[in-house]
Amino acid sequence: MRPAFSVIFLTTLIGAGQGLFLALIAGQFYWVIGATPAQEAANFYALGSLLSLCLLSTGLFSSFFHLAHPERAWRSAAAWRTSWLSREVIVLPLVMGLLVVYGGLHWLDWHPVLMTFGNMKDLDLSMAVGYLGAGAVIMLFVCTAMIYACMKFIQEWASPVTVLNFTLMGSASGFVLVTAYAGIMGSPLWDFYAGGALALTVLALFGRLASLLRNRMLKPMSSVQTAIGVRHRNLRQITRGFTAGAFNLKEFFHPGNPSLLPLLTGFYVTAAFAVPILLMAVGWQLQSTALFGLAFVVQYAGLVAERWMFFAEARHPQNLYYQKVA
Amino acid sequence: MTDTYAKQLALVIDLNTCVGCHACVTSCKSWNTSGWAGPLTDENPYDKDPTGVFFNRVQTYEAGTFPHTETVHFPKSCLHCEDPPCVPVCPTKATYKREEDGIVVVDYDKCIGCKYCSWACPYGARELDENEGVMKKCTLCVDRIYDTDLPEADRKPACVLACPPGARLFGDITDPDSEVSIAIREEGGYQLMPEWGAKPSNHYLPKRKTKRVIHDDELVRADNPLKKEGPLPKADEKSPSLDDVTSW
Ligand code: SF4
Ligand code: SF4
Repeated sequence: MRPAFSVIFLTTLIGAGQGLFLALIAGQFYWVIGATPAQEAANFYALGSLLSLCLLSTGLFSSFFHLAHPERAWRSAAAWRTSWLSREVIVLPLVMGLLVVYGGLHWLDWHPVLMTFGNMKDLDLSMAVGYLGAGAVIMLFVCTAMIYACMKFIQEWASPVTVLNFTLMGSASGFVLVTAYAGIMGSPLWDFYAGGALALTVLALFGRLASLLRNRMLKPMSSVQTAIGVRHRNLRQITRGFTAGAFNLKEFFHPGNPSLLPLLTGFYVTAAFAVPILLMAVGWQLQSTALFGLAFVVQYAGLVAERWMFFAEARHPQNLYYQKVA
Repeated sequence: MTDTYAKQLALVIDLNTCVGCHACVTSCKSWNTSGWAGPLTDENPYDKDPTGVFFNRVQTYEAGTFPHTETVHFPKSCLHCEDPPCVPVCPTKATYKREEDGIVVVDYDKCIGCKYCSWACPYGARELDENEGVMKKCTLCVDRIYDTDLPEADRKPACVLACPPGARLFGDITDPDSEVSIAIREEGGYQLMPEWGAKPSNHYLPKRKTKRVIHDDELVRADNPLKKEGPLPKADEKSPSLDDVTSW
């Protein structure tokens, strides 16, 4: 498939934004259950929500470049019963809405207690909105990934590993960012976040390696034989029937040089996972926020390359019909 | 067979008859660029790197090793699947399957040009019109098959009417007595890439070997006992005669 940068930026940016939102909620939860006695930095959640909102909006903005008729984008919520794309279109604003409410409550410092548990801990409104937000974030990860994973004949995508990887990579990049942010804000949650970022990046590495391995072992279900229904072992296309260009020749083939693809794979495994893991391990030891900031930037570049390869790796069966010019 | 559809119109394409002349391609483009589905935009048609939208394309394949090869001309357009994977994914419901005849069409006023349906079609049957920013595909000439202003015989898709050797049949595959159903049943009609469960409605008839056995005695004249031209011998008296009275 041809990697579209609008979609690459959409998925990587909202992934980081969702991860950041998730991290804020996890941090607040960690703080609420009393795992850390220190007072949370002022406006930590409010400004963090704003940062996450910026990422989500930039991603959303980028997605409009994918549409030939962006002015009709509002129509795309119509098929929520059947289309994961439609579901994503609904859940993304929902996440953004909850994020605004969550950040707003923290900004106003308004925390009405909704209920008190037996252990004398309170559930306040912002934490409750946070739980809803966490649910919505997970739903959004699932929707975004299912857009690809539900295409059963694109075998590279059609796997639960796709959903797992979108979730892990987005969460990891959000956690790396939140650690850098927590350092700047002087949050007592810094160690919690640093550990989370490191763990999630390691998990995301395993997830991506699993899908790389899976793709390597895939046997294509379709062949020229099934494509035209002629059962002859030695069957080939002589001409695709035209010499001009066509949508089918652009949309389903990647523009990259095939010999460079393994290099790009090596690049993203290094940049999105290996280098950030190293930077974070050292950064955690040295308590260095700067190294986490650097890790986020390197990892984001790696994740963009990863998403590019995610598309380039996918082989669409229609390509069987478009092999030869003559 | 999905029973929610009153009928399922479809094409049956005989690969044994198709000569790869592209008449269906040009007649399709000509009809559809000027009608309901048009224009099917071409970019740089007379320039470098021309490109454009077609509903139907004819490709050519070769089986075997030279000199024992066989050429297969293979026309491909939207197959109007009975379980079309392109339909449920469309976020705007611009792509839908008509209940009255099973034709899969795109509402150009609703399509946002997200291309998701083209990803979801395993057959590469959809083409984005970059000029208009909407997805286009074969409509089975829905704008002419019901046109009562046309003579009955012309109410068929443009490609079917244009095909010189008559390799394209058109009809309702849910009607067991239709020309297309009979052809599918009796001549081994099959679907493309059945492994994805889209249940394409268009079927293809396979290449067939046309064989005729000629025995040696068929090569010599056996009806002349004299083995040479000449008057026939007279019959004898006992031979039956035309009027049972006179003899030769
Ligand atoms: S051939 Fe492709 S475009 Fe046509 S109905 Fe089937 S899936 Fe949809
Ligand atoms: S390109 Fe148009 S018809 Fe296709 S899925 Fe998107 S909105 Fe629907």
